[in-house]
Amino acid sequence: MTAVLSVEDLSVHFGPARPVDRVSFHVNPRETLAIVGESGSGKSLTALSMMGLLPRNAKVSGRVLIQTPQGPADMLGLPEKRRRLLRGKQIAMVFQEPMTSLNPVHSIGHQIEEVLIAHENLDRAARRTRVLELMNLVRIPDAARRIDDYPHQLSGGMRQRVMIAMAVACRPRILIADEATTALDVTIQAQILQLLDNLRRELDVAVVLITHDLGVVSQWADRVVVMYAGLHVEQATPAQLFGDPLHPYSYGLLRASPRSDAGLTYRDAPLAEIPGSIASARGEVGCPFRPRCPAAREVCGTVQPPPIQHRGDRLVACHFPGILTQEERHVAAYA
Amino acid sequence: MSLLTLENVATAYDTPQGRFRALEGVSFSVAKGETVGLVGESGCGKSTLGKTLMRLVPSDEGSIRLDGAEISQAQGRALMPVRRKLQMIFQDPFASLNPRHRIRRILTGPLKIHGVASRAERNRIAEEIVQRVGLPGDALDRYPHEFSGGQRQRIGIARALILRPQMIVCDEPVSALDLSIQAQIINLLAQLKAEYGLSYLFISHDLSVVRYFTDRVLVMYLGRIVESGPTRDVWNNPRHPYTRALIDALPEADRPREAAPLAGDLPGVQNLPGGCRFHPRCPYATDLCCRSEPLIDAKGGTHGFACHNPLPLKA
Amino acid sequence: MPSDSTLHKALAKPAVRTQTAQPTPRPEWRHIHAPDARSATTAHLPRRQGFRELKLFLRNPNAIFGMVVLLTMALCALTAPLIFPRDPLAMVSRPFLWPGQDPAFPLGTDSMGRDVLAGLVHGARISLYVGLAATALGLGVGIIVGALAGYFGGLTDRILSRLIEIFQTLPSFVLVVVLVAIIGPNATTITVSIAIVTWPTVARLTRAEFRSLRENDFVIAARSLGFGHAHIIFREILPNALPPIIVTSSVMVAGAILMESALSFMGLGDPNVVSWGSMIGGGREMIRTAWYLTALPGLAIVVTVLALNLIGDGLNDALNPRFSEDRL
Repeated sequence: MTAVLSVEDLSVHFGPARPVDRVSFHVNPRETLAIVGESGSGKSLTALSMMGLLPRNAKVSGRVLIQTPQGPADMLGLPEKRRRLLRGKQIAMVFQEPMTSLNPVHSIGHQIEEVLIAHENLDRAARRTRVLELMNLVRIPDAARRIDDYPHQLSGGMRQRVMIAMAVACRPRILIADEATTALDVTIQAQILQLLDNLRRELDVAVVLITHDLGVVSQWADRVVVMYAGLHVEQATPAQLFGDPLHPYSYGLLRASPRSDAGLTYRDAPLAEIPGSIASARGEVGCPFRPRCPAAREVCGTVQPPPIQHRGDRLVACHFPGILTQEERHVAAYA
Repeated sequence: MSLLTLENVATAYDTPQGRFRALEGVSFSVAKGETVGLVGESGCGKSTLGKTLMRLVPSDEGSIRLDGAEISQAQGRALMPVRRKLQMIFQDPFASLNPRHRIRRILTGPLKIHGVASRAERNRIAEEIVQRVGLPGDALDRYPHEFSGGQRQRIGIARALILRPQMIVCDEPVSALDLSIQAQIINLLAQLKAEYGLSYLFISHDLSVVRYFTDRVLVMYLGRIVESGPTRDVWNNPRHPYTRALIDALPEADRPREAAPLAGDLPGVQNLPGGCRFHPRCPYATDLCCRSEPLIDAKGGTHGFACHNPLPLKA
Repeated sequence: MPSDSTLHKALAKPAVRTQTAQPTPRPEWRHIHAPDARSATTAHLPRRQGFRELKLFLRNPNAIFGMVVLLTMALCALTAPLIFPRDPLAMVSRPFLWPGQDPAFPLGTDSMGRDVLAGLVHGARISLYVGLAATALGLGVGIIVGALAGYFGGLTDRILSRLIEIFQTLPSFVLVVVLVAIIGPNATTITVSIAIVTWPTVARLTRAEFRSLRENDFVIAARSLGFGHAHIIFREILPNALPPIIVTSSVMVAGAILMESALSFMGLGDPNVVSWGSMIGGGREMIRTAWYLTALPGLAIVVTVLALNLIGDGLNDALNPRFSEDRL
């Protein structure tokens, strides 16, 4: 099985700042890969680099290889004209805010049609049929009547469905959803996540979920990449990550989430806190999590740990992988 | 003894299309030292309820009693004692602090208008509260933009606390924050509550936070409370299909990906359906639900629900 | 994942809940010592001073040029009675002395033998006075009306908006001419007339700013803390609404100077005071034989208005956060 997309040693620089720092991972066909991290972790910039959509003042290095029928193509090395062909056809993206990503002066049918005009050679009637098919595909009820609606006439969930229809219009192999459900209500979020999962199976597309929500990761991802301060700190399956987090940051995130304490309330015990904020990493040598890490030793302040293979297929960037989980088991055993 | 009691409160607002009821028949009470959660989706009226309590928007009918006094008609000067007892924490830590004022002014200003006469005393109180919410002492002479989101939220909490209120309305206080910061803020709120004997009305769309942090919970759908009761009971045995759907929609590892989520969109209070307002999305709706609206019956904080065909009570 | 409650109690020691005002008894994440990054991070936070906008403004060469020109003009205006103590309307030499002909009158004399340089310097007084005073008056009225309309909304807004519209539909220069013609030309009436036609612009701008700012959480917070309307309008909202108003005001000064010059040109200026407009008006018949009589005061107007516009651009760049964020 060859990866449909592999990111190799991707770094993004803005002047002296390096918000994405030597990140490597790959996406397998038909899988859901989640990239999880808080704001400032570099997850959205990573997604934009995968699309070749970084702002002009960003300097980028590394490779983003996308499988095409003609062999792998490096999104970062291609001229803009060829990148445009890849976008839509091979890789597509859905953004967080469906209100601002849709153009308010065009009907939604027209906007979906625009994508087809850009990429496919179809006559007007065929395009109209495809638009209706796509609207049915993303389960927009009553598509024939809705086709001439304007974005402001739709709810947030429906607008996000339109965005997804536009993204999958040309049958891409990879669909990136950048916090695509964050602005939605829980019941609508569940609908959209399920839609993405159905599309993954029906259209044979790999989904990259960029999210900060561990619940979404645990239910919908096949593999997880955890990012912190621009670094790729851990990679595992959700079961591995949630059962046995190796990086102290992943451990802290899981324990800080009220979800993990099954029946506990604030009257029983406080939530575990990670002190400080992600800004603590600024200007640090060594491990960027060191200022917030309870297990930090001297070496963490001098050497930045690279992501290394751990127990088979997992990756972790820590000098003492699994230290907090082991200790927790230790304490539990003596309690 | 209940600190805050609402009976049959309704709030309407005007739009170009007409007048709509954002809240209808809302009744509940909050006891001293209690944390009551208010959950619901966007547009269900939970923020309007918070603002109605704070007397920031006028209520149309019903009574709001705070510490025994009726406040639903209070205006101007008469509101000053209410302000001292009831305060608010906002969602967006970037929009809720005036960018042109230093923290000292943000914190001492309320003291000044509430009659703490001496400048030294005001500064002392501000310094104490800033330390208490976990900010460094030099924070007072900085501007809001110099702080991170979590730190700004601490400033927002300090501002709500500075008048030593008995109750704080927390309007989505952690939903704009990163997960690692959320835990810090929730723990801080829990400590402050224990220390000052505060009551909270905790408005949130995040059920997992509400489950952890509240004693009782109110579930709101399109302006009405559809289920209420002790958080543990509601969580373990939801009776209203909407509550069940909200809990099921929470993404969790052990949920199968195939489970069908609640269908349909939130219609909004502008086009309320007749009968039960949930019936178009409800998998159990009957003819009765289309005709008559079920009303909630929850006396004295017991588990109540507004549904003709409630889910079964678990043993 | 382990979710045994005893385990969690063992791991996360409950916070010490005491009544003291000690620094936060932060619940330990774990029993291992963690460096307290919470206070450490604030300690080295960059301190951004309130002078950021000023620094940005001073870094803009166009704005600096504008400031230098304007300050020179202001200096001339202030020291005019000292440099040219004589009445600039007095005849001092023979008429039509070209610039450079007589070192005593470097810019020559006009058809009545009056010193052109003295006229220009004294003219700066009336131009700047009318420009600044009319703008100040217009700002005062405009801000108050706009703030009330934007803050209160509803009926107040409807009434005040109609008022603003009425003034905006009248052709402004004609209105000024009519007003001055009725109440008689002197510096005060000219100032008031110009303010009457310029305040609606400020009012509209202020109203728009207030309408968007009053929905902000910090305003709602101020209301929930019990602050009165006056406090909220002037101390909470106004400072945030000022940047676009300040930018507009520099252009308003330029506009007022132009209007005053136009009035004087038409002979509707104060007859007892020399002004750039009246100098142009006086020289216009001799434009073929002595063009410098119109060109020099014209140049003074152009340079001053240009300087004010450059300052306006500089202020806009410095005060508009969208542009200034990238640069500092």
